[in-house]
Amino acid sequence: MYELICVGASWGGLDAVGRLLADLPIQVDQPVVVAQHRHSTSAPTGLADLLRLRVKRPVQDVEDKMPIERGHVYIAPPDYHLLVERGSFALSVDERVQYARPSIDVLFESASYAYGRGVIGIILTGANEDGAAGLAAVKRRGGVALVQDPHGAERRTMPDAAIAATAADAVLPLEEIGRFLYGLCLEREVS
Amino acid sequence: MAAKADEQAAERDDVDEIELGLLLEGVYRRYGFDFREYAPASLRRRVWRRAHAEGVSTISALQDRLLHDPACMERLLLDLSINVTAMFRDPTFYVAVREKVVPLLRTYPFTRIWVAGCSTGEEVYSLAILLLEEGVYERARIYATDINESVLDRARAGVFPLDKMREYTQNYIKAGGQRAFSEYYLAKYDGAQFQRSLVENVVFAQHNLVSDRSFNEFNVIVCRNVMIYFDRALQDRVHRLFYDSLAMFGVLALGAKESIRFSPFEDRYEDLDANERLYKKVS
Ligand SMILES: C[S@@+](CC[C@H](N)C(=O)[O-])C[C@H]1O[C@@H](n2cnc3c(N)ncnc32)[C@H](O)[C@@H]1O
Repeated sequence: MYELICVGASWGGLDAVGRLLADLPIQVDQPVVVAQHRHSTSAPTGLADLLRLRVKRPVQDVEDKMPIERGHVYIAPPDYHLLVERGSFALSVDERVQYARPSIDVLFESASYAYGRGVIGIILTGANEDGAAGLAAVKRRGGVALVQDPHGAERRTMPDAAIAATAADAVLPLEEIGRFLYGLCLEREVS
Repeated sequence: MAAKADEQAAERDDVDEIELGLLLEGVYRRYGFDFREYAPASLRRRVWRRAHAEGVSTISALQDRLLHDPACMERLLLDLSINVTAMFRDPTFYVAVREKVVPLLRTYPFTRIWVAGCSTGEEVYSLAILLLEEGVYERARIYATDINESVLDRARAGVFPLDKMREYTQNYIKAGGQRAFSEYYLAKYDGAQFQRSLVENVVFAQHNLVSDRSFNEFNVIVCRNVMIYFDRALQDRVHRLFYDSLAMFGVLALGAKESIRFSPFEDRYEDLDANERLYKKVS
């Protein structure tokens, strides 16, 4: 069924991604890939270290050609674009896309190409419009498009842009996304 | 309805994949440029970008234009050539080179260093500065290669954008630089002209990692952020090339997010500094 969960976040994302993953029921064992915008000079393992404190699953900074495994959380390394191939990751240092590297659009587009309707894309808080085109690509290929409710988001530009770009399957407060994913990934499997 | 749309999208993607394969084969047979084993996800983005810029809506249509119009091929080549680089990129890498590689170099009467995929040369000038400050430059020769002639010309010229000097100075300091960075260049109207003496012992030459062979035996090979553009099979072949080109106890330096771990040569190297991707050939 669903094979990959992609999360994109920018301003305010450090906390939002942590909360989302801390709430995510352990039965949801799809690999989770996170593209979070950071300053290129930020500590290279900063985000992964922070997440490890809150998340019970293995959290890794992606390396080139790393295989994608169930139950793991993968973080796009700062200053690289993260792309998904079937079964593994690829990195690139192509120029920034909409001022961002990693670019959420690049991650989501490549993921939707590799996994089609097996992708769940989630756009969280952020102060730019990265991710909107990527989420639309996920949706176009039959994947699921989820967006954090702009009202509760620390910055609403990014969720607003995502909602404008595609017909989201659900717009949810942060604290409900984990449970929603549980329903999506487990209940459908039973039926 | 929705399911039908998905199936159509999936079908389009399958066709797209066939078209991309055919285009790369065509480009290879018509022009000799071999991108057939480059990592597909990034390649596909680039090719589509060219298709959109040319105003065509399928990769096959782009292929048609490419095969009949060499100027279009030139434009695609520019799109496919990713030359992003910086001086003292990843400063901690240069610290590790100072602390762990330079002591090895001191034990040799002469060292040969290969910087593969050197792009416009920023990495080469950085390395030269480091070796100079450590007093081992005199006894070293750097072979700096790239597939792309035009970046090599810029590397030879050694003029880098002035507006980058702030960032590079920061990097240089973090990399353990021992002088004022501005000693190494002259600020001119068209950029920062780096000292010619830095490239006195550097040979710039074209070399294609896909098809060209080894051309010497080296004590150090630096290949950073180049192999990320290759697929696994090509990476493995390039790893063989590097392995064959390294002297025993020579050092292989990869990019910050590349690892020897996913290659068949893993067992032939020992970690010199696993964090900074420095590996020593031991068997
Ligand atoms: C992203 S740059 C990396 C520059 C530098 N090593 C660094 O890390 O800053 C990649 C370079 O690899 C070169 N390259 C790509 N394919 C190549 C090939 N088959 N053989 C040699 N060089 C290649 C490109 O021309 C480009 O200059």
